[in-house]
Formats: sequence, structure tokens, C-alpha cells
Amino acid sequence: MKFSVMVNEGPYTHQAADTAYHFTRAVLDAGHEIFRVFFYHDGVHNGTRMTTPPQDDRHIVDRWSELAHDHDIDLVVCVAAAQRRGILDKDEAKRNGKDGDNIAPGFRISGLGQLIEAGIEADRLLVFGD
Amino acid sequence: MLHTVNKSPFDSHSLQTCLGLAKAGSDILLIEDAVYAAMSGTAVTSMVESAMNSSTIYALEPDLKARGIGSEKMISGINLVGYDGFVELAVTNDKVQSWL
Amino acid sequence: MYVNRHAPHGTIYPLEGLEVALIGAAFDQDVSMAFIGDGVFQLTKGQDTADLGIKNCAPTYGALGDYEVTKLYVEQESLDERGLELNDLMNLTWEDEQEDWAEKPSIRLVSRAQLSDLLEQQDVILNF
Repeated sequence: MKFSVMVNEGPYTHQAADTAYHFTRAVLDAGHEIFRVFFYHDGVHNGTRMTTPPQDDRHIVDRWSELAHDHDIDLVVCVAAAQRRGILDKDEAKRNGKDGDNIAPGFRISGLGQLIEAGIEADRLLVFGD
Repeated sequence: MLHTVNKSPFDSHSLQTCLGLAKAGSDILLIEDAVYAAMSGTAVTSMVESAMNSSTIYALEPDLKARGIGSEKMISGINLVGYDGFVELAVTNDKVQSWL
Repeated sequence: MYVNRHAPHGTIYPLEGLEVALIGAAFDQDVSMAFIGDGVFQLTKGQDTADLGIKNCAPTYGALGDYEVTKLYVEQESLDERGLELNDLMNLTWEDEQEDWAEKPSIRLVSRAQLSDLLEQQDVILNF
């Protein structure tokens, strides 16, 4: 079965990013497919590689990147929500005249159409947030 | 249909709204702070118990454990699931509504 | 269906939810919106955010009809609980191509029981 996951809260403040991650792992462990994980609202903060939590804490961003790397998962950060909150890839940084980008490996920035498509293409869409 | 609720019932109307709109035969999964609704002897216990007459209530075990809610503190008849059980509920129900 | 349960301006959820509804309309899907709980406050008349410096998303609801988002279900019980009636909400309309562009109301008051049925009929539900 094909799943899409939507993450609407940033890491560390709210448990939603953790629940979404554990759910996504469990989907893969059960032999199902993840069509896409879409990050919206403050959820876009899951996708910045500048995150440096203390060593004894989990690294939420790296955890997503590793999942994308190991299971070839499509992690999409909404461009409009990302721009509001300062999450940029190289192209967006250049386009907006910013001096650097901060998107984490395995994530890509794209439009809201990717969320609509995720809802249409997947058999189930699960939303995690506040 | 699977309904997920993630807010403490002592701080938010989410669970109440969910129970008001869930059809008989629904599966309702308590996650994150909503697992406090699974405790017995609280102000919302009777609301949860009466919902159990028409729906099946589940609670996410890692969230209960994290909050120190053992089975002795829980309303009997609430089903415990792990993340694997959460996935299974999402598979067996044809849609999911998250009462964020 | 987009389910809206947050009051406007206090959080960004209604505004960014509206952005999804407008983009989603371009995908030729049968789109509807539900307003439950504090979500009904999104539709009230007379919202003015000028003193806050926050973008006022209220006028955008008026454009939904042009994007063929014509079904805005408002839960009657939520209005009642908040001392509101239909007259307190914005007059949102759409033009029916089938009936010589007749102007029709987009807001449809539904009971909790009717909304419960509507939820069951959806393929995908998103919450804002």
C-alpha cells in the first residue's frame, strides 16, 4: 500500500515530527511504500542542515536525511512555507539574492502541487502536527 | 474510518470534537498528549467510556510509556498498539482523519 | 476536503490552508471545505488586521468561488456555541455556469450529523 505523510510542525518543540518519523519507519518496516513526505507550516524546519542538537539528543533532521538515503524517499519542503521561514536550496537562495542555502541532504523544495499529488496518488495520507 | 487525536483532553476540545463527529464503528487512536484521555478516574473518563460503546479506542503504547501511564492507570478495554499497529489501523481503515 | 478548525490570525494555519485550497483547485478535484469549532471565526465579517501588520486572509475567501471551490460547509453547532448566526458570516458566492451564471451562496450550514456523513464520503481529508 502507498502512503503519503504530511508534517506540519518543526522539530523539537512539538512531538509531531517524531511521531511522523516513527510512523514512516513503521510503514517501511511493514513492507509498504512511502510515496512522499511533505513538510508544511513550521514543518519546513525539519529540513535545515544547520540544526545542531546536543549530542545526547536525537538528530531529527539527520534522521530524515538518512531515511531518504536508505529508502529513496521523496522529502518535499513547501516552497512558499519555506521562504517565509528562511529555508532555502541553492536555486532559491540565488533567486532571492541570499548569501547561502540551508536545505538538508535528501530534501527538495517544491510547490504545494506536490501535496495535492501526494493526496491523489497515495492510498492513505497521514497528517502530523500541532 | 480511523481518527487520530493528539491533544490532552484537559487542554483542548479535539477529542470532544472527534467523538462528536466520529460515526459508530470508527477506530479512534490516541497519540502524543491525547493518551492522557486513556487514564481512568479523570474528568473525561466517562466521555471516553461512553464512546467505547460505539467505537473502538486505541492508545499508542510508546506515548503511554513515555508519560508513565501503566495499564493499572488505564480505562479497561482500551487497546494498546505500537507504531506497527498504528500502520495496521491506517491500512485497515480506508481513510484517516487527524484531529490536530 | 479541507477541514478548518483554527481561528484566524492567532496562527498561520488558516492562511496557509487557504493557499492549499487555491492550489488544489487547479488540480480538477472535487474540493470542499469544512469549518468546525473555532474555524468558523475564519468566515466572520468585519475582520481588519491593519493594526497587526499581518496579512488579512479574510478577503481571499471571496475569491474561492472563482476557483470553483463552491462548497463551504459550516457546522451549525459550532456557530451556536459561539453565539454566531449565518448573518455574522461573510456573504460568499459563486456563479453557476449551468444556470446562466446565477449567483449562489457558497456557505452551506450543516448539522454535526450531516458533517459526520460528509467526512465519511471524502477520499482525502486535510486539516488546517
